[in-house]
Amino acid sequence: MPIPRFWREIEQRYKGIGSRCKNCGEIYFPPRKVCPECRRESFQNMEEYELEGTGEVVTYTEIHEPHQEFEMLSPYILAIVEMDEGVRLTGHLVNVDYDEVESGMRVEASMRKLGEESPKGLIYYGYKFWPIDD
Amino acid sequence: MRDVAIIGVGETQIGELWNKSLREIGIEAGLKALKDAGLEGDEVEKLYVGNMSAGKLIDQEHIAPLIADYAGISGVPSTRIESGSASGGMALAEGYKAVASGMEDIVVVGGAEKMTDVGEQEAKEILSSTNDQEWETVFGATFESLYAMIARYHMEKYGTTKDQLAQVAVKNHANAAKNPNAQYPRETTKDFVKNAPMVADPLGMFDCAPISDGGAAVVLCPAEQAESFEGDPVEIVSIGQGGDYMAVHERKDICTMKSTKHAAKKAYQRSKLDPEDIDFAEVHDNYTITEIMAIEDLGFFEKGQGGPATEKGKTELNSEISINTSGGLKAKGRPVGAVGLNQAVEAVIQLRGEAGERQVDDPEYGLLHNIGGTGASAIVHILRRWS
Repeated sequence: MPIPRFWREIEQRYKGIGSRCKNCGEIYFPPRKVCPECRRESFQNMEEYELEGTGEVVTYTEIHEPHQEFEMLSPYILAIVEMDEGVRLTGHLVNVDYDEVESGMRVEASMRKLGEESPKGLIYYGYKFWPIDD
Repeated sequence: MRDVAIIGVGETQIGELWNKSLREIGIEAGLKALKDAGLEGDEVEKLYVGNMSAGKLIDQEHIAPLIADYAGISGVPSTRIESGSASGGMALAEGYKAVASGMEDIVVVGGAEKMTDVGEQEAKEILSSTNDQEWETVFGATFESLYAMIARYHMEKYGTTKDQLAQVAVKNHANAAKNPNAQYPRETTKDFVKNAPMVADPLGMFDCAPISDGGAAVVLCPAEQAESFEGDPVEIVSIGQGGDYMAVHERKDICTMKSTKHAAKKAYQRSKLDPEDIDFAEVHDNYTITEIMAIEDLGFFEKGQGGPATEKGKTELNSEISINTSGGLKAKGRPVGAVGLNQAVEAVIQLRGEAGERQVDDPEYGLLHNIGGTGASAIVHILRRWS
């Protein structure tokens, strides 16, 4: 991914900053400029909203044929997680064996290395999830 | 709006066509369709080409005029249509609208994709570019993994089983065994499908459609003129298109395709038909789970009943509703931007009664269902036997 394309979204990827529609209160991640519910009324009426970082697994898979950049991790677990604020994200699920994963499992997001451009190039960071007890 | 007919169809072999380039594939399909319609080529007023990713797969953009040029009709206006794996179906819809509106009379709609000039790994990564690259792929999602997560959700919500998923592949391979253009014209067994190497749990290699080269084309004209051409006509009675959130995680119910439901609803409304009126359907089965969701979302079976219906044989050739008589993307093959037109070719062959061993008994209506990516776009066509 080109550097500017990644750089533009550092705030969101590193800190989990989404957006909230001031008209209806709905929260979005990644942030949206327009609320799909309120549309015109939400334009220029969206505020930043930082996710707490906790949620639960909605569905998951174990990937055995990854893209080249993730080959070293294969097989790895990918999940769709519903954050406590109601938004859903896709990300790696780590620190857990695949056969222990289940839908509804509580998880927390943490910033981790996702990949790198080249050995001396830009390192991409983003969130991954791991199980928590709470 | 005018009624629209298909008066000619053409298709290449689907498979790993090492000796053929994209332009050759496109031309072969198009010229076969023109020949079938009894046209020379200079009658053509407009060409639409469905193609998903020539830019990435063969480093060539602007392919519609390229194909027109090499087909010997270089002056004919041409446009490429892209909507991920629904590119072919969307191109057909544009052709339909051009004729229905009265803007053009003779329109050729072709679809072509050349996927094997890059390695399999690269081709699969290019398929994944129909994901939300920034919020799915960067975080580790492959195209198959998104469908795998949809499949798990469907299994947990409705009790769908791996046996039921496998049965989709078994049925479609059985149909492909009767289709000479299919990439994999041979049968398989449930055990073989279930024991194939894992791609993204619960989907194994035999739950996935292949990487393919291939093309297909149709010739359209106003229905009122259809009988003046050589090719046996078939009517396009309606179309419907739908959309959904791009990323799977954005969808409230990730195992229902809102785009498919909306497209089907519009197509049924416009034709005043119900799902019960449809005799056969070519549905988008890039993964086994996708066919199960499609037959539910198109209204053929209740939500959650797609798996059991498949297991009971209700979607086999000449059962309750014949699904993917061609072998589908799974076994006929997946030249990705062309599949919507491969579906159209199969439906015309069926409605003309020319499908041989895989012929549906006396069909009146056939439905085509083509989706882009993980379902952010969908297009449905309903075709009727000429009367």
